[in-house]
Amino acid sequence: MDFAEFLHLAWESLVSNRLRALLTMLGIIIGVASVIVMIGVSAGTEAAIEERITGLGSNLLFVQSGFVRFGPGGRTGEFTAPVGQAAGGLVYDDAFAIAEQVDGVVAVAVEQSSVQTVEVGSVSLDSVSIVGSTADYPSVRDMAVENGRYFTQQEVDRKQKVAVLGQSLAQELFGDADPIGQTVNVGGTKLRVIGIFEERGLVSGVDFDSQLYTPISVVFQKFTPSLFARIIGDRVRMIYVEVESPESVESAIQQIGLLLAKRHAVSLEEADFSITTQQDIIETQEATTAAFRNLLAWVAGVSLIVGGIGIMNIMLVSVTERTREIGIRQAIGAAPTDIRWQFLTEAVVLSLAGGVIGVLVGVAGSWIFGAVSDLRTVILGSSILLAFGSAAAVGIFFGFYPANRAALLEPIQALRHE
Amino acid sequence: MSILETIDLSKTYGEGEIRVRALEGVSLCIEAGEFVAVMGPSGSGKSTLLNILGCLDRPSAGRYLLESVDVSEMDRAKLAGIRNERIGFVFQSYNLLPRTSSLKNVVAPLLYSRNHRRTKEEKLAIARQALETVGLADRLEHQPQQLSGGEQQRVAIARALVTDPAFILADEPTGNLDSRTGQEILDLLAGLHRQGRTILIITHSEEIAALTDRTIRLRDGRVERIVRNRSKVVTAAVEQVRNGFR
Repeated sequence: MDFAEFLHLAWESLVSNRLRALLTMLGIIIGVASVIVMIGVSAGTEAAIEERITGLGSNLLFVQSGFVRFGPGGRTGEFTAPVGQAAGGLVYDDAFAIAEQVDGVVAVAVEQSSVQTVEVGSVSLDSVSIVGSTADYPSVRDMAVENGRYFTQQEVDRKQKVAVLGQSLAQELFGDADPIGQTVNVGGTKLRVIGIFEERGLVSGVDFDSQLYTPISVVFQKFTPSLFARIIGDRVRMIYVEVESPESVESAIQQIGLLLAKRHAVSLEEADFSITTQQDIIETQEATTAAFRNLLAWVAGVSLIVGGIGIMNIMLVSVTERTREIGIRQAIGAAPTDIRWQFLTEAVVLSLAGGVIGVLVGVAGSWIFGAVSDLRTVILGSSILLAFGSAAAVGIFFGFYPANRAALLEPIQALRHE
Repeated sequence: MSILETIDLSKTYGEGEIRVRALEGVSLCIEAGEFVAVMGPSGSGKSTLLNILGCLDRPSAGRYLLESVDVSEMDRAKLAGIRNERIGFVFQSYNLLPRTSSLKNVVAPLLYSRNHRRTKEEKLAIARQALETVGLADRLEHQPQQLSGGEQQRVAIARALVTDPAFILADEPTGNLDSRTGQEILDLLAGLHRQGRTILIITHSEEIAALTDRTIRLRDGRVERIVRNRSKVVTAAVEQVRNGFR
């Protein structure tokens, strides 16, 4: 008998027992649907992470004061100042030491932020994020100036009151007018606009387009409350270090660690700073998604197995019910192989039909999941193939035993069966 | 030429004390074109002989030559092939595939055939032809439960004929039918015999046995005697006269 005949037989058998077939397929449906949703969610999350990597600029190291912990819910990490080490932490000059003494460093930028009211003429914007930084900032953050220019290190050193605007901030303050050469009033200090950034968008929850960028020296001098300024001095929260290639990341971390430990007169074990790479951040995020993915993989795996057992159960019932039919088929010339194929095909068709319904449910489920939650979901062709593959595998694995049992029935006993 | 020949055929079931000898040294020879009845009281080994001759079971000892081929040592797959191509079964309880049309029932043996020279269309044509032979050309798409007992047995006979077997093995083919329908089935079988078919019929009925060329009587697993029915030719002629050469 050829395969088309077996398919035909299997289909007729399932159609004649629709409700039973549907109930049997439930486990497979749930299993396959969760495979699709699982892969959809993790692929979506991975895509989001990848976007974030490109958003961070390449080959970037983050040197931070204190310790950085990445919690399960944390996206950028939680900053904790080292207790009892008020005198510790990164200082402004650390950045220059790194730039001068560490091999493979391409650019170093320091960031110290503030929040101020920004005014231009009659336009006044509250709570604008002011980013104080150094000349290499656009390079390490992978940003490009669209109009005008960014400030130089000389201007930073001389505490020049200049500003570079994010795209949407410029739009809000000046409308269609050219802001270059204009003056903005930031918390009572007048800054001259020298450049506008290209549109950058939202990266890691930070809207780069709505920020104002100014030399870090200006932030220290003008936008840090005087009492606070005296305590923290020229201490900085974060130094960005860009290295020339991914291969130089490891050695740069070691060199920076040794250098800063020496400068701060601490051992590496009790360092008052921490160095993280994009990789660390990505790994933390991936660990979170992996936990979620594993959970769903378990759900999928368990329900595929339960579904498979259901199929085996029904196939065994079916073999018993149809013993006489098997006997008749044997009498008219069906070989054990023919009987085995007939029941195996039926089990596989049953599980594949479950697979088809499961894929439909899974695709709909992913779509709904993506619509109602923050998680992005992606439907991959490969996940549909995987789902079909596992459904077929389940059908073959759990269908084999009943099919074999049918094949090994003795013709005379099967024929006599009532 | 002998279609089938058994030499000292034995079949025992079980081991040790519960050992049962169902057949003991049965030697038979059936010629091509013969119509033979097998009779015997229950427990005589009739069913066991039927199972072995039908290649549904294997003998414990002895040889079974089917068209000069020794099938007594064949494995299950090979026996299935022999059943498929060389033997046509007709059972007391028809044994049609449930929920399956007459045409599909009759074409089924051809679908199990290992001979792949015919297309599916050709196989269906042969099956239609066989159903026509048994007078059921208008019942092709009927399922067994929509057919009368006699019609079901006709479908079964068509199924037995469709592979052009070496012989037809009919096990009490009229046992479940009323006498009139039973007679129709017997007429059908007798007609096939006249066309040259070899038919082996297992029966309780002396009347049926009388229609055949020879009657093999079994008792306690042995051949008690083999009777040649000389009256048969006469009986058949009388029957035909009585029926007005229908």
